[in-house]
Amino acid sequence: GPPTPATMAAMGLRRAAVAALEGGLLGRVPAPSAVAARRHAAHFTFQPDPAPSAHGQTQKMNLFQSITSALDNALAKDPTAVIFGEDVAFGGVFRCTVGLRDKYGKDRVFNTPLCEQGIVGFGIGVAVTGATAIAEIQFADYIFPAFDQIVNEAAKYRYRSGDLFNCGSLTIRAPWGCVGHGALYHSQSPEAFFAHCPGIKVQLIFLDLLACIRVETLCFLEQVPVEPYYIPLSQAEVLQEGSDVTMVAWGTQVHVIKEVATMAQEKLGVSCEIIDLKTILPWDTETVCKSVVKTGRLLISHEAPLTGGFAAEISSTVQEECFLNLEAPISRVCGYDTPFPHIFEPFYIPDKWKCYDALRQMINY
Amino acid sequence: MRKMLLAALSRVLQGPAAARTGAVSEVAQVVVASRTYADFASEATFEIKKCDLHRLEEGPPVTAVLTREEGLHYYKTMQTIRRMELKADQLYKQKIIRGFCHLYDGQEACCVGLEAAINPTDHLITAYRAHGYTFTRGTPVREILAELTGRKGGCAKGKGGSMHMYAKNFYGGNGIVGAQVPLGAGIALACKYFGKDEICVTLYGDGAANQGQVFETYNMAALWKLPCIFICENNRYGMGTSVERAAASTDYYKRGDYIPGLRVDGMDLLCVREATKFAAEHCRSGKGPILMELQTYRYHGHSMSDPGISYRTREEIQEVRSKSDPITLLKDRMVNNNLASVEELKEIDVEVRKEIEEAAQFATTDPEPPLEELSSHIYCNEPPFEVRGPNQWIRYKSAC
Repeated sequence: GPPTPATMAAMGLRRAAVAALEGGLLGRVPAPSAVAARRHAAHFTFQPDPAPSAHGQTQKMNLFQSITSALDNALAKDPTAVIFGEDVAFGGVFRCTVGLRDKYGKDRVFNTPLCEQGIVGFGIGVAVTGATAIAEIQFADYIFPAFDQIVNEAAKYRYRSGDLFNCGSLTIRAPWGCVGHGALYHSQSPEAFFAHCPGIKVQLIFLDLLACIRVETLCFLEQVPVEPYYIPLSQAEVLQEGSDVTMVAWGTQVHVIKEVATMAQEKLGVSCEIIDLKTILPWDTETVCKSVVKTGRLLISHEAPLTGGFAAEISSTVQEECFLNLEAPISRVCGYDTPFPHIFEPFYIPDKWKCYDALRQMINY
Repeated sequence: MRKMLLAALSRVLQGPAAARTGAVSEVAQVVVASRTYADFASEATFEIKKCDLHRLEEGPPVTAVLTREEGLHYYKTMQTIRRMELKADQLYKQKIIRGFCHLYDGQEACCVGLEAAINPTDHLITAYRAHGYTFTRGTPVREILAELTGRKGGCAKGKGGSMHMYAKNFYGGNGIVGAQVPLGAGIALACKYFGKDEICVTLYGDGAANQGQVFETYNMAALWKLPCIFICENNRYGMGTSVERAAASTDYYKRGDYIPGLRVDGMDLLCVREATKFAAEHCRSGKGPILMELQTYRYHGHSMSDPGISYRTREEIQEVRSKSDPITLLKDRMVNNNLASVEELKEIDVEVRKEIEEAAQFATTDPEPPLEELSSHIYCNEPPFEVRGPNQWIRYKSAC
């Protein structure tokens, strides 16, 4: 059927997301010293996707503008859609809702108090009536007070009511991932916590919500269709075809592995297939497995700690599906099993050198 | 003897109904100028704003005695915090301090007034706007600035940063809004259990006052009569949202419902001190928790990424600065009541600036913590183990 506005809003998030601190608000501070400049160098090089042709004319936007655009579409199409969260009426701390209150009114775009559990629970209530609820949690790191509402209330509503109710029209947006200086409470990647939400059937209605929890970090320009558009969930995108190694990532890490693929081609003559997984749950096993059958090698990279990270799930599934095709053990290049560190971030993150090293070992296995 | 006479004189000069700013006759100021050091009054009494009360028959006194020594100490402490925050602002803009940084300037009367009314053995826990409390709980400026710059000599070994600072009987420095409040009740339970006549001061902001766990904690604390002072530092804005937009009732001192409460002028150190003494006495006498709302104001934005003027006007900030600045208030009181001279306070300012400069020098030259610290302090009482990670050639061993 036609996409619902809520899923379109989700789509905007899938493509893109929240502006970076670097590029956004913090960008206003004066030029750094030479030492500081070194410390501030991003750990990856952004490479824009080619402009999509499937959705007509496109316009250059940065990630947070593309979210605003998706939210704008959702509000325009769906009179029941409302956006709420901490400071969203002013545009939000990541500027993703700029102008929406003025355009759609303060009864549709409004601030909430600082109460994450309340925000999500409230959102479930709005959604369960059939309206479209778009909640913002300011940082993914702040989502944990709402963990119960998400995994116990939202996720099970449809299942436990025998389909009398559901809150599938609830979208929760939250920016995640490292930004260079976020330290312990503004850097985490909580996707695996939500991917483990019990009850697979339940998670089907939970899908929109989960898809949105995986948002972006830094602020870069992409071509975004001018007209409202829809991108299906649970469909990974093969960004570059290759024959020797499959590399899977999501979020900022996609740009890291893109660079690794270039390095591998130049230095080792190795051809990499790059997959942006996009949706964590339910994830696109088919695209990934198909690729591994072809290449025989799989490297998965995410910023969250190694143990119990979503790479473990992918790895386990792929070894079941592609055991006889594998030429080397599946490699996971992730964060260390430590809290997200403050000044040690460059040592913690799975940067291109760590990925490159793991890739080389797979080739030499 | 002479001092006592002067003190008496001072009180006379002050008159019975001196305003908050210590409106003393101009005569006194003229007299002060010609005096030498030893001629200062040893103390003066000030009228302070009456607290609003909730479920209390009587409140804190409406006068407060300030001795010269106390005054000088408070002045220096507040001025140090102010200068420290301004230095942090500067270092942040130079990108030497990174990440999230929440400054306390404007709110100095709260932490200094509180500390003046509790014992060093009492306990204190707050949220992420923690620099002031870290200082009043005994951490030197250099360790605070070095924590901000992420250096080895920082008070959390460079591992915490702005939001995570700790000291003896000071439990931080907590990042998630409202999450420290239940911890405070737990600390208060320990105080009661060990029977040491200690209390816990549990702070949170007006934004956090809307978090559910705050209300869960009120209930536990009242149920078990825990010696806990809940303090809502109401600086009028939870990030960019003014209190009126976020709270159905902005009477934060009443929001404990069954817990007695006080609304206190948080820009007046003496008011904070007297109210806290009253609240501490309430807790120590076994009556259970009490709630205080300190009405205060932050001059900076919520954090360094917030210029602080998109949701409030420059005029509003300017008005608070010119009419209710806590340092100016104390300074005027002291000078107008012959507790100190302008010159003397200026000398303190110079001394403070020097200390801050030296601390900043330390904070920018002290080495960063060694890389092993990345994996230390994950578990306690465990033998060292290898932290799992992605790489063959960078391995980290955990330490206790």
